[in-house]
Amino acid sequence: MIKLIPRVENSKAMILLSPLLALTLTAVSALIIFIFILDDIKVSSVFFTLFVLPLTDSYLFPELLVKAAPLMIIGLGLSIGFRAGIWNIGAEGQYVIGGIAGGAVGLYFYNVEGFWLLPLMALASIIGGMLYASIAAFLRIRYQVNEILVTLMLTYVAVLFLSAMLQGPLRNPAGFNFPESRIFHDSAMLPIIWEGTRLHIGFILAIILSLVAWFGIKKHMFGMQIKITGSAPRAAKFAGFNDNKTVLYSLLISGGLAGLAGFFEASGPAGQLTPGLPQFYGFTAIIVAFLARLHPIGIVFSSLLIALSYVGGEEVQIEYNLPSSITQIFQGMLLFYFLACDILIKYKVVLNKTKD
Amino acid sequence: MNESLFISIIIGITIASTPLIFAAIGELLVERSGVLNLGVEGMMIVGALLGFIVQFHTGSPYLAVLAALLGGMAISSIFAFLTQFLLTNQVATGLALTLFGLGLSAFAGRGYTEETIVLIKAIHIPFLSDIPVIGPLIFSLNPLVYLALVMVYLVWWFLYKTKQGLILRSIGDNHDAAHAIGHNVVRYRFMAILFGGAMAGLGGAFLSLVQVPIWGEDMTAGRGWIALGLVVFASWLPFRIILGAILFGGITVLQLHAQGFDIRISAQYLSMLPYLATIIILVSLRIRLKNKTNRTVPNCLGRIFHSTS
Repeated sequence: MIKLIPRVENSKAMILLSPLLALTLTAVSALIIFIFILDDIKVSSVFFTLFVLPLTDSYLFPELLVKAAPLMIIGLGLSIGFRAGIWNIGAEGQYVIGGIAGGAVGLYFYNVEGFWLLPLMALASIIGGMLYASIAAFLRIRYQVNEILVTLMLTYVAVLFLSAMLQGPLRNPAGFNFPESRIFHDSAMLPIIWEGTRLHIGFILAIILSLVAWFGIKKHMFGMQIKITGSAPRAAKFAGFNDNKTVLYSLLISGGLAGLAGFFEASGPAGQLTPGLPQFYGFTAIIVAFLARLHPIGIVFSSLLIALSYVGGEEVQIEYNLPSSITQIFQGMLLFYFLACDILIKYKVVLNKTKD
Repeated sequence: MNESLFISIIIGITIASTPLIFAAIGELLVERSGVLNLGVEGMMIVGALLGFIVQFHTGSPYLAVLAALLGGMAISSIFAFLTQFLLTNQVATGLALTLFGLGLSAFAGRGYTEETIVLIKAIHIPFLSDIPVIGPLIFSLNPLVYLALVMVYLVWWFLYKTKQGLILRSIGDNHDAAHAIGHNVVRYRFMAILFGGAMAGLGGAFLSLVQVPIWGEDMTAGRGWIALGLVVFASWLPFRIILGAILFGGITVLQLHAQGFDIRISAQYLSMLPYLATIIILVSLRIRLKNKTNRTVPNCLGRIFHSTS
């Protein structure tokens, strides 16, 4: 019989070791899956493409950073709410609305040159994301409606709204009725920071924001507040607790950051608004936040790790014709293992030899 | 309104609401035991795929339904194991289950996106089904629609008329007290989660075996989440699930008919209706309850249980 004995103090060693254990278990599971599904391809070469090539290849590595930026920003925002037990699960919706808002500003000033345009677009995207998340905040505060369900329902609404916009007001007038916007002009595109790649300034901003969040949580009163609300035992999740400010601020912050990430995607690698704007980043960022144990600096690393699996997954799709959905399986599996391994922090696992 | 339109609308509503009834009644039992499983969407999509695959290869609707049921159960066992034995956070684990289920089914179903199957047909009882209006509305629905209603009744019966149901509810309300008087909290919750998985799998299978004869990786389209909303709407009372599902089904059918009637609103705005309606019914429920606390909420919902003795 295996028994769990609560530790008096959380194990410091396990806080560091359990993520590594989770990673190892995921890699082993991936290996087993590959051995089963690959017939005539060498497992080692698929493994190499999936996990190593994105770090060494001069084209793939900057792509990894491009993908990490939105994950990092959204993950940061979510981690703040998650600390306080506010579950904004619909960051994908706020991301889409932010992308539409930022993109619409850029398209409104089409062919207008000016250094002010990008900050204006960024501002629009943040406000868009915030407003969208504030619906959930309002309903939770005023009517105690669960924010998980509201933010999620609004995600489906946002994706439909994007589609309506692209067939209506934002459609490229010279685009042969394709549901796509014009391609943004240069003033509406994020500056590239690595010549010859798609890596844009958003990555640097994401790093800066992580540092700001780290200091914020450490020094600011609000950081203190969310920490305490989160660690205090909460009764029914659906009934919700009454600290309205925490609910409002954490939803506004996570919504605004998700909106900003949408703008980064639209004005960065996409360069226009298309139905392909939602990239599942809003959902994957949930994994990013958990893998980092909701710590801002940890999020920098976990977003890079998840971005690695994205880029690697796309690469094995191109090279070996394996479906890229395999990435999602690994990400889900990683989160499962990670959550499971966390038990080692709070509990000692003891083999009970006496029969009972 | 002419008679055949009326009948087709009612039948449309039963078809649109049945997957929600399955998924929601399963989740209701899970939540009554004090566990919040946010993986409904993931379990549904796995059920939809397995039902489709088995129907495609064997042509046997019985096997297809069984496969969906077992598939939903199998994937829910991951959640059950993690939350009950490894004491993981239920919100995070449920989300992981949804993401994992979506990925897994997209991966495993990639060879089936071009295929079609034979749908499960509505039953036809000689004589009874031929009675005007009542015949088509009561005696010739899809067999799975009847099954969904039976399941709602069975869950109600289990919760309120059996000893085990009483124990399950007491575990959901106070797991420490239930444990103290000798009930096996983990076993009850594990079983409840498996039942929830089976029902979600069935709900998913209804989409691919009754609604449309194809498989698509996004075919659940948020129905698992709507089912979670229905459980709240129903105040954790079994029969109210039917009411909520009919409301939702009605809106879905209304939206489809509006698109058919060439009303001058983009299809996208009409498609938003079911999602917006879910939010609205949740808000209206809170307005109706005013500031009264909902006494049917399981007190231990989402809380981790670990016995020290």
